[in-house]
Amino acid sequence: MKRNTLYLFTLFVLLGLVLSACAAATSEPQDGEAEGFTRGAILSRVKDRGKVICAGRTDLLGFGYLDDAGNNLGFDIDLCRAVAAAVLGDMNAIEIVPIPASDRGPVLQSGEVDILSRNVTWTSSRDASWGNFTIIMFYDGQGYMVRKDSGIETQEDMDGASVCVTSGTTTEKNLAADLAFHGVEFEAVIFEDTASVYGAYEEGNRCDVTTSDRSQLAAVKEGFADPDAHVILPMIISKEPLTPAVPHGDDQWLDIVKIVMFGLIHAELLGVTMDNVDEMMSSDNPKVIDLLGDGADWGYSDLGLEKDALANAIKAVGNYGEIYNRYMGPNGIAFTLPRGANEHWTNGGQIYAPPIK
Amino acid sequence: MTAPVENLTAPTSPGPIVWIRRNLFNNWYNSILSLLTLFIGYFVVTAIFNWVFNIADWRPVVNFPILYLVGQFPRDQLWRVFLSTAMVSLLMGMSWGIWGKLVRPFALSVGAFFGILALLPVQSEILSPANRALLFLNLFLVLGGFALRRFEVLRGRYIAIGWIVAGLLIVLVILPGFRGSAFLPEISTTLWGGLLVTLLLAGGGITLSIPIAIFLALGRRSSLPVVKGFCVVFIETVRGVPLITILFMFSVIIQLFLPVESRLDRLFRALIGMTLFSAAYTAENLRGGLQAVALGQIEAAKAVGMNNVLITGLIVMPQAIRAVIPALVGQFISLFKDTTLVLILGINELLGIGKAIINSDPEFIRLQAEVYIFMAGVYWILSSIMSYSSRQLEAALGVGER
Repeated sequence: MKRNTLYLFTLFVLLGLVLSACAAATSEPQDGEAEGFTRGAILSRVKDRGKVICAGRTDLLGFGYLDDAGNNLGFDIDLCRAVAAAVLGDMNAIEIVPIPASDRGPVLQSGEVDILSRNVTWTSSRDASWGNFTIIMFYDGQGYMVRKDSGIETQEDMDGASVCVTSGTTTEKNLAADLAFHGVEFEAVIFEDTASVYGAYEEGNRCDVTTSDRSQLAAVKEGFADPDAHVILPMIISKEPLTPAVPHGDDQWLDIVKIVMFGLIHAELLGVTMDNVDEMMSSDNPKVIDLLGDGADWGYSDLGLEKDALANAIKAVGNYGEIYNRYMGPNGIAFTLPRGANEHWTNGGQIYAPPIK
Repeated sequence: MTAPVENLTAPTSPGPIVWIRRNLFNNWYNSILSLLTLFIGYFVVTAIFNWVFNIADWRPVVNFPILYLVGQFPRDQLWRVFLSTAMVSLLMGMSWGIWGKLVRPFALSVGAFFGILALLPVQSEILSPANRALLFLNLFLVLGGFALRRFEVLRGRYIAIGWIVAGLLIVLVILPGFRGSAFLPEISTTLWGGLLVTLLLAGGGITLSIPIAIFLALGRRSSLPVVKGFCVVFIETVRGVPLITILFMFSVIIQLFLPVESRLDRLFRALIGMTLFSAAYTAENLRGGLQAVALGQIEAAKAVGMNNVLITGLIVMPQAIRAVIPALVGQFISLFKDTTLVLILGINELLGIGKAIINSDPEFIRLQAEVYIFMAGVYWILSSIMSYSSRQLEAALGVGER
């Protein structure tokens, strides 16, 4: 008996030593260069593999969801397709890995995916520890939805109201902070998952107000029995800049993804659509020529891209506006959300890309 | 002194009215209770029926049969799933023919499942007459396999080898395919989903955990301190940690330890996690069985000159497993239901597909109750089949009849 205890103790000590050795071994590369990616590493593995691997979603309407044939589609998925079309010339050369929210950081840190295109809000801490963020492709923000006949128009009107919200999310914190700032007393009605929140709000009449990201409120409102009885209030109480991200360490890949995104944005301003790309090749507008790759080499060769990379991306998924409208435009297949901040800077929005030149 | 002899007649079974009067209305308070129960029962049942047939909107359930079955598996490659199920059906039928009662409930449920699926009254492009015929074929394969039992060649160990070969073929060749192959193009496991993944994870977890569990259980009783220590530490560590923690570890941490180039498949990661978890619990169940084997059995085996391997393999293990079948089946049912936890790895098994469907249309967000009730029904039916089969197995092996 005593001898066994001794053996067991020794075993535990050995196990501890092995584990601490492992820990020491793995902490080493983090001190040096982030996770071992060097310039060009991701592009070359993408070309070897023949496909771009993106972390995505299968359960977020409009951004990453499934149609009845099981195809993964949505705004985020199309951004991934655009990169695949630009780099490999084939928009179907993608693999979408559905990942849970808890895995968003680790899949970038470990380099398991090439792009994180999964409805991620760009924050300073995520930028520091997860990976490099490219460019804001969707300006979302938390908003409020109320019944039209409730008469609620501002936060002050919410005094004494009950608010349906999901538990443990930043949504809940933003709500508390915003209403505290306005000096309003409210009762939070908390649910575990989003679908229950809206069930309680719409059918159960459990609360006067519900709050979430405005894109989600728009989606949910459309499914209500009487969408016109509800209104999404104009104020935005949080910044949710949704941004595709790439692993740390490979600047070239970061630049490639950024430039593809720039191209999609410019294409809309220049009137280049997925249908007229070929005609526009002979446009008189030098900016169009630069975008579609018939002009000079605006950094493409340094990035390992062909000159027509952006033309391929636009041909595959369309320009920024086409992608947006496909899912969230007036006749969008997911839901309808006015462009708002996602309009171009020339139209009073915030979508802006550095020039291709 | 002799008792007077009475003419005893066989008791006639009373009619239902007599039974009701005797049991439900034998005095005033029982009558009131019976009426009250009847009253409440009526309202509950009519309310449920009203909800199911009039209020509930079953579109998110009936419109997506293929999504629930195989998830995002490419539709033009569905024949690979059909081929796999055909192999399983045939083997099920043959096993039923050879092992009889032990396998019958499994075989019949497999046949019934495909029969029902083929006759499903829903509109879907994929459920074309040709595909329905293919599904129905599975029912005939089960029965056909059963009819093959007359051939002596197919007996015993050959069918076991058939199962192993078929299982490996399905999981390693038919479903994943090969990169660059035109005939069997590669299908990434991120596209596998639905019931297919649920059954693969449950089946794989159960099959792989049994051999590991046997070694762990034997190791824990070993007199070699290192072996014993390892088994004790492994079993107690795994049993001391919730399954969700183990899955998180395999999801998040393992990948950070591996070099960037090596990407461990997420489905495989989930399978390893579930297998190790299940193995630890199964090992403890088996150890209980090992302790129940009478020492005399081992002494008798030694007396006829068997060595330790033979004693364990032929005398001790069979008796140990037989003694703990109810506990093992309980463990496997719970593993089957635990497959829903792989959702946290981003794997769209049955529940994950349900969630995806709820979020695929604004109108469906309000219809989640229908989807979750349907899910509960599916899990209940499959778990019931497992526990029914376990009772059959016990009866066939005569457990509890000694």
